[in-house]
Amino acid sequence: MIWQQLLNGLTLGSTYALIALGYTMVYGIIQLINFAHGEIYMIGAFVGLFLVVNTGLNIGVALLGAMAFCMVLGMLVELIAYRPLRGRASRLSGIISAIGVSIFLSTLMVLIAQTNTRRYPDIINIQTFQVGDLQVSSLQIIILVVATLLMVGLQLLVQKTRVGKAMRACSQDLDAAYLMGINVNRIISFTFAIGSALAAAGGVMVGIYYNAVWPYMGTMAGLKAFAAAILGGIGSIPGAMIGGITLGVLEILGVAYLSSSYKDAIAFGILILVLIIRPQGIMGQKITKKV
Amino acid sequence: MDALISQYIDPYYLRILMLIGINIILALGLNLITGVTGQLSMGHAGFMSIGAYTSAIFSMQMGSPFFLSLLAGAMVAAFFGFLIGIPTLRLEGDYLAMVTIGFAEIIRVFFLNFEPGGKAVGLSGIPQNTTFVLVWTLVIIVIILNAKLLNSRIGRAFYAIRENEIAAEASGINSTRLKVLAFTAGSFLASLGGGLYAHYMYFIRPQDFAFMKSIELLNMVVLGGMGSIPGTILGAVILTLLPEMLRIVAEYRMLFYGALLVILMIFRPNGLLGDVRVYDIKKKLQGKKVGLWQSSN
Amino acid sequence: MAVLQLEEITMEFGGLRALDVVDIEVEEQQIFGIIGPNGAGKTTLFNIITGIYLPTGGRVIFKDRLLNKMHAWDVARQGIGRTFQNIRLFNKLSVLDNVRVGSHGVSRSGFFGSILGLPGSRREEKTIMEKAEQLLDLVGLGDKKLEYAENLAYGEQRRLEIARAMALNPSLLLLDEPAAGMNSTEKMGLMDLIWRIRNEMQLTIILVEHDMNLVMNICEQIAVLDYGRKIADGPPEVVKNDERVIQSYLGAEA
Repeated sequence: MIWQQLLNGLTLGSTYALIALGYTMVYGIIQLINFAHGEIYMIGAFVGLFLVVNTGLNIGVALLGAMAFCMVLGMLVELIAYRPLRGRASRLSGIISAIGVSIFLSTLMVLIAQTNTRRYPDIINIQTFQVGDLQVSSLQIIILVVATLLMVGLQLLVQKTRVGKAMRACSQDLDAAYLMGINVNRIISFTFAIGSALAAAGGVMVGIYYNAVWPYMGTMAGLKAFAAAILGGIGSIPGAMIGGITLGVLEILGVAYLSSSYKDAIAFGILILVLIIRPQGIMGQKITKKV
Repeated sequence: MDALISQYIDPYYLRILMLIGINIILALGLNLITGVTGQLSMGHAGFMSIGAYTSAIFSMQMGSPFFLSLLAGAMVAAFFGFLIGIPTLRLEGDYLAMVTIGFAEIIRVFFLNFEPGGKAVGLSGIPQNTTFVLVWTLVIIVIILNAKLLNSRIGRAFYAIRENEIAAEASGINSTRLKVLAFTAGSFLASLGGGLYAHYMYFIRPQDFAFMKSIELLNMVVLGGMGSIPGTILGAVILTLLPEMLRIVAEYRMLFYGALLVILMIFRPNGLLGDVRVYDIKKKLQGKKVGLWQSSN
Repeated sequence: MAVLQLEEITMEFGGLRALDVVDIEVEEQQIFGIIGPNGAGKTTLFNIITGIYLPTGGRVIFKDRLLNKMHAWDVARQGIGRTFQNIRLFNKLSVLDNVRVGSHGVSRSGFFGSILGLPGSRREEKTIMEKAEQLLDLVGLGDKKLEYAENLAYGEQRRLEIARAMALNPSLLLLDEPAAGMNSTEKMGLMDLIWRIRNEMQLTIILVEHDMNLVMNICEQIAVLDYGRKIADGPPEVVKNDERVIQSYLGAEA
């Protein structure tokens, strides 16, 4: 039985990881907790659903469509709500602005789509396999595969390409990167774009997996993914992946063996524990402040 | 006394005035934590709910007199504020914000599962002990005490922590202890407001104290001017009146709040009254004083 | 009598050794200078003395008391005041309030005393106010009491930081590049101020500075740091002519 839980946890965790990556990358580069990120995930889910239902597109294409849409959305948000604050505002202002965007987007979605839960039509063929004691659904396999591909892709992007190098430089020292001739604004936009695309992918997949899409799904998932990013070590890409998966597994295990009504509290409990015991997370390093 | 008042004021306006009063108390609490000391708390509604539920249960199940219930609620919340404060206030601002959200969420989930609180259905039948006179008397007391605090050594230390924590420590300020103090005092006020709220609304449920409530309160402080008492009062008044006056449906209200926060941060991060300081008034008065001094020299 | 003893102070940040077994002794009421090329570890030393960093090794002894494990605020309360290399004022507070905050470490009114306006608190407030006004007059900012700290000119801000540090009634004052950004007239004023402070208030002063003129003129003893090591220690004439010191500065220029 525990293997089943682990599989479920792994699947859930991969989606958390996809969202957590966006958080961690943005925090790494501009030290901002992008509260609106959860909403991007939610909008991705809606766009995916919309494309499948209204244009009869195949789910894979819909996924790409959602990712593209959210890429643009993410960049817009950065441009409108965060860039004007960069450099001249306190951290508090940044966080408050992000909260504002988050509220705005989720409310907008409520107005557009109403609060009821939307469901996917029966076009997706989900099969369940028996592997020993395990019940594996084809959906879980798809999610795991897609998530892994995306994460591997991200690692390659960040480690092996020029853009990736620029991203890493910016997250180490924004001013120095600027002085080195890196177009910092563009790299930041790009970071938002990638993070949003990943979140959108997560959104579409979760929407299908639980067959439920509703405007407030982003708030909870966003907070949990943030907890995952902190758990893994904020600013660390491998950390976000590890944190996401760990959190997913812990949550499923908690529900199975403790209590399901406290499901949401598990993530926050972990968050608080991590911040108290080891704030730099699993992969993070202690940073001494320069005085 | 209240009967007298309701003869002169339409009950609808009376209600708004009551809510304004309660919101002022709540917002001043948050102002102390976030506006003055610079510690972003996004879980203020969590403390409010502790005060609300605790005082309601004291009143209903133990039949305790109103003052005692209110006090009990406030003490319990202050205690939790203290408890949460100690480990978490060593954290950087961003992390603290997340912890406060997490904490408020845990509280909400707790009350959702809390039998004596009625779980998701909530608690009804709370004796309506909150009167107009009581609320506004408390408002005035809270304002005065706040003003005294902010003009004192401790108040200055709070501001110093917000402005430059390292320099504050170099001046002998135990920043951790004072942050916890701010948090405790702020939660005390939050739960006082919560208790008043519960005994006015007659009925409470966990939903009333969700994340959105914390955001509403944050908006009041940010809009009015962080760290400024008149600013916070103004913010509370505006953001209690506005939705009522404009009869805006709840969803549109949230849209407005979201956009408002972003716009404020970009164009006027100090809020409406944040830049207006008692100093400016003092300076103008000083101009007159200098004349006197010069003549005595 | 040595008022401050730094024994074998070592500081490592990750793999970087910022300070390497540094020994310094400062006598009472001395004006002591610490110089060295950028990155030599001077500010790090200050941060260690004032409790912001915990040294990887070594001891900080102030008036025969070990300061090592103390938090910054406790160190301040021992009577050590400081200014910062990158000015750290309370920008949105008035000049007067900046200095009044400085007195925090030597006053005691608590939460309830403050909100209830108890007589003890009120007396203390008066004392704090008088001291602040005195100090502001001393540094020449008496007429700018109600300005926001952020509105002051750069040189004025540096003087304000000094006034604030002194509100602690310190016996040791650490000044981190107090002359940075000042023109020669301001620097003369600063030297004068430092002398007056030391003489009138019997303070010990440690100065980190880049302006050689100022340092040679005002300091009675100088320690030179380079790459985290102390390479010279003595009165100005000796240090000025020290081979290694000349090398490190020339080396830095080359």
